[in-house]
Amino acid sequence: MIKQIEGSQAVAEAVALCRPQVVCAYPITPQTHIVEGVGALVKSGQLENCEFINVESEFAALSVGIGASAAGARVYTATASQGLLFMAEAVYNAAGLGLPIVMTIGNRAIGAPINIWNDHSDSMSMKDAGWIQLHAETNQEAADLHIQAFKLAEMISCPVMVCMDGFILTHAYERVDIPTQEQVDAFLPPFEPVQELDPDNHYSIGAMVGPDAFMEVRYLAHHKQMEALERIPPLAAEFAEVFGREAGGLVRPYRTEDADTIIVAMGSINGTVKDVVDAKREAGMAIGSVGICSFRPFPLDALRDAIGDAKRIVCLEKSLAPGLGGMLASNVRMALRSNPLPVYTVICGLGGRVITRKSLSGLFDKAAGDSLDDVTFLDLNWDVVHQQLERARDHRQSGPIAESLLKDLNPGLVRRAS
Amino acid sequence: MTEESALQRVKFYQTGTFTVGNRLLDEAKRSVQASMERSNAITSGHRACQGCGEALGARYALDAAMRASGGDMVAVNATGCLEVFTTPYPETSWQLPWLHSLFGNAPAVAAGVAAGLRRRGRGDIKVVAQGGDGGTVDIGFGCLSGMFERNDDVLYICYDNEAYMNTGVQRSSATPPAARTATTPAVGDAPGNVFGTGKNLPRIAMAHNIPYVATASVADLHDLETKVTKAMGISGARYIHVMVPCPLGWGSNSADTIKIARLAVESGLFPLFEAEHGDVTLVKRIRRRVPVEAYLKLQKRFAHLFREGAEDTERVGAIQRMADANIARYGLLPEGEAA
Repeated sequence: MIKQIEGSQAVAEAVALCRPQVVCAYPITPQTHIVEGVGALVKSGQLENCEFINVESEFAALSVGIGASAAGARVYTATASQGLLFMAEAVYNAAGLGLPIVMTIGNRAIGAPINIWNDHSDSMSMKDAGWIQLHAETNQEAADLHIQAFKLAEMISCPVMVCMDGFILTHAYERVDIPTQEQVDAFLPPFEPVQELDPDNHYSIGAMVGPDAFMEVRYLAHHKQMEALERIPPLAAEFAEVFGREAGGLVRPYRTEDADTIIVAMGSINGTVKDVVDAKREAGMAIGSVGICSFRPFPLDALRDAIGDAKRIVCLEKSLAPGLGGMLASNVRMALRSNPLPVYTVICGLGGRVITRKSLSGLFDKAAGDSLDDVTFLDLNWDVVHQQLERARDHRQSGPIAESLLKDLNPGLVRRAS
Repeated sequence: MTEESALQRVKFYQTGTFTVGNRLLDEAKRSVQASMERSNAITSGHRACQGCGEALGARYALDAAMRASGGDMVAVNATGCLEVFTTPYPETSWQLPWLHSLFGNAPAVAAGVAAGLRRRGRGDIKVVAQGGDGGTVDIGFGCLSGMFERNDDVLYICYDNEAYMNTGVQRSSATPPAARTATTPAVGDAPGNVFGTGKNLPRIAMAHNIPYVATASVADLHDLETKVTKAMGISGARYIHVMVPCPLGWGSNSADTIKIARLAVESGLFPLFEAEHGDVTLVKRIRRRVPVEAYLKLQKRFAHLFREGAEDTERVGAIQRMADANIARYGLLPEGEAA
């Protein structure tokens, strides 16, 4: 049924249709509306045979999930930002134990300075934890990816993060087609665990492993991701057949035919990117884009195919690897190791900084002329940066950076306060 | 009084050594450990040190829990000695479904197991979580408090050997004052651990008003088994704190583990009691009170208190006052003895 609905609520309804048996969560902006939505469906009895457990931290949230999943229940949780970092130890553990938990990340920046707005620093920090990471471009896709995520996770016994941009998606009201219970039941069979805590057939789960087998255990985690790479395209095709619309898959090429310049990005920014690509195509520029849905496993082959004979790649990255530049570009270069094209890193949208069509348009022009630096910070206020660098040079005790920058940006406020 | 219990009253401890005479008891009242049908929840072949109190405590507790549940139970383990010495890959000592996740999350994992089992129609399967003092009173404390507060259907057992033994005897917040550990060495003006305010987890558990809290000792098998059995029959959050001497960390003779555990009880340093919904309901009175020196002197971690010609009477006195305070608080004096 098509509804005009908040992204978080759409995800909550989609998750409920997947019949999770244990849902546990700890509140953090911008994830709250999702778990509130699921919680209300459990409390009202609309979502049957499910327990919603309010816990005291994100670490406990995923830990409850680990226990419930090991007991053979279908488990869901959600978090963001600092919450994901606080549960980090359990994030690795859930993957190591092969527990098919599904978790939504309402992508948000990481402090300090504390910031509640969107970027991808949180999920990027867990990119190598052994979870599958799928990025939604729209609210419709966010809802649909959860249905695919449970199936994929349980198919290969690997946890899945569904990443959706905080506020930009979680808090946006859009048209979303919420599937019927019959459709979801036809697509997603009940969970059959490969290992469970059963007194009639007991295992020890989580035993210590030394140097004699640890490498092999880790290899198998990699193998699982490689298997996911094979499974994701047919899963998306099956989804399209049952639900009548496209969602998920590995990569989403857009107007890449004969493109010299290809923009690579993840998440909701792809909407704006496609608008700008359309405008540039109209103006005669040979440009296209590739949205990456599956960041883990990283689709090297699919990306290489999508890039085709392009002359340059521009990676729009909503996260920063200080001291290096961007992680997405590093991964994309892996796909191009036999075809060493220029791969430009563009750091953009950190902490919710708006990415405008105008900025992207100028950026794409520069890229087409190969006049971009290896690493570009889109719409960076260099005046403020230089002021701070100068201040730090002149005074050993130049004060806290974030506060100083805010004063530079709002000198009037400071004068009034003093 | 029945004839049978009169028999017990006279003869239970007849040897005068506190040895429990199982054979003198009615068969139904003999310890689980004495039974040929015990489950051996932690079976032989594990890698615990000689005289390990934790191996004993866990074995006693889980065999009693297995009997109480008819074998329908799951154990969740925090990281620590117990986890490491029972599962050297690819072997395992556990004769029941067992799950280890992390150091600080056993209470939450256990709550999740209980919820998962309920949703799968197996709410009859009991869940026991266990950890050492580090996993319980320090790093797992947040998750444990959450488990208590929600009244999750889990029995949590802490095997308290009063330091981080698995990593090489570092101080935990359960380490007693003056004790030498690797991070509170016996050097300087005030050797050993500081005299803080302490962190008494059984009392913190009681403050959550959970249905059942108990302390137990590996020196009193019957009492320990009785408490575990009772806890297994109760729903909701339950907590048992078992004192388990560690020969390696305490610098004690492996053969003295039970003796030291008993002296902790008999000195008043480790009171044995039960509490229901926040109130103490039963205490185990001291049978023959001993000064704390009797307990402390058997352990090298306290040796600096008793240096020849330089006995630290002040700090030994402070430890004695802790024991006296316990005795007064719980009413532990032997029957007929005045405070």
